[in-house]
Amino acid sequence: MKKLKNSHRAPNYNLIWGCVITSIMVLMIVVSFFWTPFNPDAMSYAEKDLAPGGAHLLGTDNFGRDIFSRVMEGAGTTLSIAFCAVAIGASFGTVIGGLTGYFGGAWDEFIMRINDAVTAFPSILLALVIVTITGSGRTNIIFILGILFIPSFARVVRGEFAKQRQMDYVKNAKLMGVKPGRIMFVHILPNIAPVLLSAVAIGFNNAVLAEASMSYLGVGVSQTEAVSLGRMLLDSQAYWMTSPWQALSAGCAISILILGFALISEGLGTRPMWRPTTKRRRKQHA
Amino acid sequence: MRKTRKITALLLAVLMLTAALGGCTGGKSAETASPSASAAVSAAPVQGGELTVGIAQDLDDSIDPHKMVSAGTREVLFNVFEGLLKPDTAGEMQPAVASDCKINDTGDVFTFTLRDGVKFHNGNPVTTKDVIYSLKRAAGLDTGTPLINGFDEVKSVEAPDDKTVVVTLKKPDIEFKAMFTAAIIPDGNDPTKETIGTGPFKFASRSPQQNVVLEKFDGYWGTPAHVDKVTYKIIDNAETLVMSLKSGSVNLVAHLTSAQVKELGSDFTVVDGTMNLVQALYLNNKVAPFDNVKVRQALCYAIDRQNIMDMLSNGKGAAVGSSMYPNFKKYYRADLADVYKPDVEKAKSLLAEAGYPNGFTMDVTVPSNYQPHVDTAAVIAEQFKKIGVTVNIKNVDWGTWLSEVYSGRNYQSTVIGVDAASLTARAMLERFVSTSTSNFTNFSDPEYDKLYAEAAAATDEAKQVELYKQLEEILTKDAANVYIQDMCDYVAMGQGVQGYEFYPLYVMDMSKVYFTNKTAA
Repeated sequence: MKKLKNSHRAPNYNLIWGCVITSIMVLMIVVSFFWTPFNPDAMSYAEKDLAPGGAHLLGTDNFGRDIFSRVMEGAGTTLSIAFCAVAIGASFGTVIGGLTGYFGGAWDEFIMRINDAVTAFPSILLALVIVTITGSGRTNIIFILGILFIPSFARVVRGEFAKQRQMDYVKNAKLMGVKPGRIMFVHILPNIAPVLLSAVAIGFNNAVLAEASMSYLGVGVSQTEAVSLGRMLLDSQAYWMTSPWQALSAGCAISILILGFALISEGLGTRPMWRPTTKRRRKQHA
Repeated sequence: MRKTRKITALLLAVLMLTAALGGCTGGKSAETASPSASAAVSAAPVQGGELTVGIAQDLDDSIDPHKMVSAGTREVLFNVFEGLLKPDTAGEMQPAVASDCKINDTGDVFTFTLRDGVKFHNGNPVTTKDVIYSLKRAAGLDTGTPLINGFDEVKSVEAPDDKTVVVTLKKPDIEFKAMFTAAIIPDGNDPTKETIGTGPFKFASRSPQQNVVLEKFDGYWGTPAHVDKVTYKIIDNAETLVMSLKSGSVNLVAHLTSAQVKELGSDFTVVDGTMNLVQALYLNNKVAPFDNVKVRQALCYAIDRQNIMDMLSNGKGAAVGSSMYPNFKKYYRADLADVYKPDVEKAKSLLAEAGYPNGFTMDVTVPSNYQPHVDTAAVIAEQFKKIGVTVNIKNVDWGTWLSEVYSGRNYQSTVIGVDAASLTARAMLERFVSTSTSNFTNFSDPEYDKLYAEAAAATDEAKQVELYKQLEEILTKDAANVYIQDMCDYVAMGQGVQGYEFYPLYVMDMSKVYFTNKTAA
């Protein structure tokens, strides 16, 4: 039935391209765990500042390191940080948003005002402030970004929960004596999945940008800890005029990563992939 | 149709993002000025003009010529303050505020005759009173705490008549002559409140973290400066520095890297020399594992100096093996640079002997405004991987570096260049005496202390030089630090600017720089 309806519409290009771009990037990153064309840290004077082409697909940097290998590893660092940060933000955000949205009341008001206070600051700025206290480094960045992302998820989830709790299926479930926890996470949560997934995709974007910006400003991943795309941008600055491929490679990698997620979130957001269903209805049509 | 437009939009977005992130600080590309100026390379100096010089760091918080901490402060104030004597480009001491300097046979009494017609920037003539006040202040004769390292040797400063100043030392020290470059300031003057010297330029104004302005002093006793005004712009971002040079908002920048010079292109006059400093991975000798000499030696074997110079400056620069730079020929020992040849196996076995068979993790703190030091740290990190030592590079701003690393001695290791405050071997070697206040590496060796005392007291110059050379050897054998190089120094000047000269000291003499054409001036 679903298929029939969708066939009247154009395919969801946003989603398709988003998935294609993201899978290519993810595939590249997964490959980089096992293999990169060159050792991304190996320096070589003889191969300093080589232009793209030949053995070095994207050229080499001022230390003679292979840029393609570094982009592969850097994208992995950036994405893994984004993944962990979003995981923290989304899970805590969902629980907090769900509880406040479902129960409402004074606690709802209170927590949402805290939320407002945190959101009032640009998250990068706040992250920079916290970093000066906690120090930089991969783990710190993950936690800082993760915590800073909680409010945005909590807000989205809260709104959805507040809407859903008025619906008949929730009222019915309540009458049947289903426990609140079950209603929240088994009945309601699947119904807000599209919104949540879209928020996760946007969150990924923000996390990738935040990590890149912080590393670019020199407070993110330390240069000896791991290759990071933001750090590569920072290092390539001095060579922007003489060997622009350094900055372009890192910049494009960031852009492509973000593009993939942006398209996915767009694809999820513009067209409902699922219609609100109750368990019973879904079973009937299955 | 819609699809193509979408794709174009996407591509544009990607490009814009790249540009936005990549160009954050280096924003505007340079519009190079009139090409006609480059024709006038050998033109005669034109008097006047306002020169803008880009410097990477701000001066010390308070300007006190007797208490200068950073080399960056010294290289600016060289133009404002003068001592009784002044070094020339060959490193010889030339009379300045004094017209004559005599040392007695025992090497402990210096007699100066003041030069006629030397004026302070406030117009007052320099008298023996001013000289006595300045030297006493530097030596801390009234306060008990000398402001300049080594100046506590002064026993008394007297003026038998109004043209002569006699300085008596506590013990013979012929090398002390070079210390008389200490600034002469007016009697009773507090330089942190009012900056008055006798140099070719007078201090005009200062905006912290922005600029320092010097103006030509018309009453200068010597060869007057060519330009009317020098503005030092503080630009702590290396890329912005180059961009400012290219856009013409800055006329002269010193201490550039080869990459920056390459970026400048051919429109600039670029001269190269060495920086007259010792760049090293300075180790905090008190902190484990660097309190173990074997660990320090292992690190010395693990680095490849030539490779660092290749990476940083296409092989330019001079490898050093101790705290002395090659231009200081009298004291420099070239053989020490070859004591530790790159040898990974030897380094590994030394580490194993020291109890670190699997290496360790160390922090290297670098001032992020000095790209060469940051880059050196990156190369070192890679080289140390071979012996299992993991380097964690910590980028800090200059102020933090000064307070945490230099003054606080709260660090593990750092890459920095140490220069000589005066043209004496002591300026380089005194900081490794265990009791020295500037001993930021916490190096401590009784043998070194003893020899140093002996060297400082020597009255025979040949013997003294020999002793200093032995001290250098101790630093090498003890592997006090991982010595790297005297860095290559590029100075780039924009169109129509000429006349920069290198000193064997870390200074920038602005009085010799001039414009060659009126339009540029």
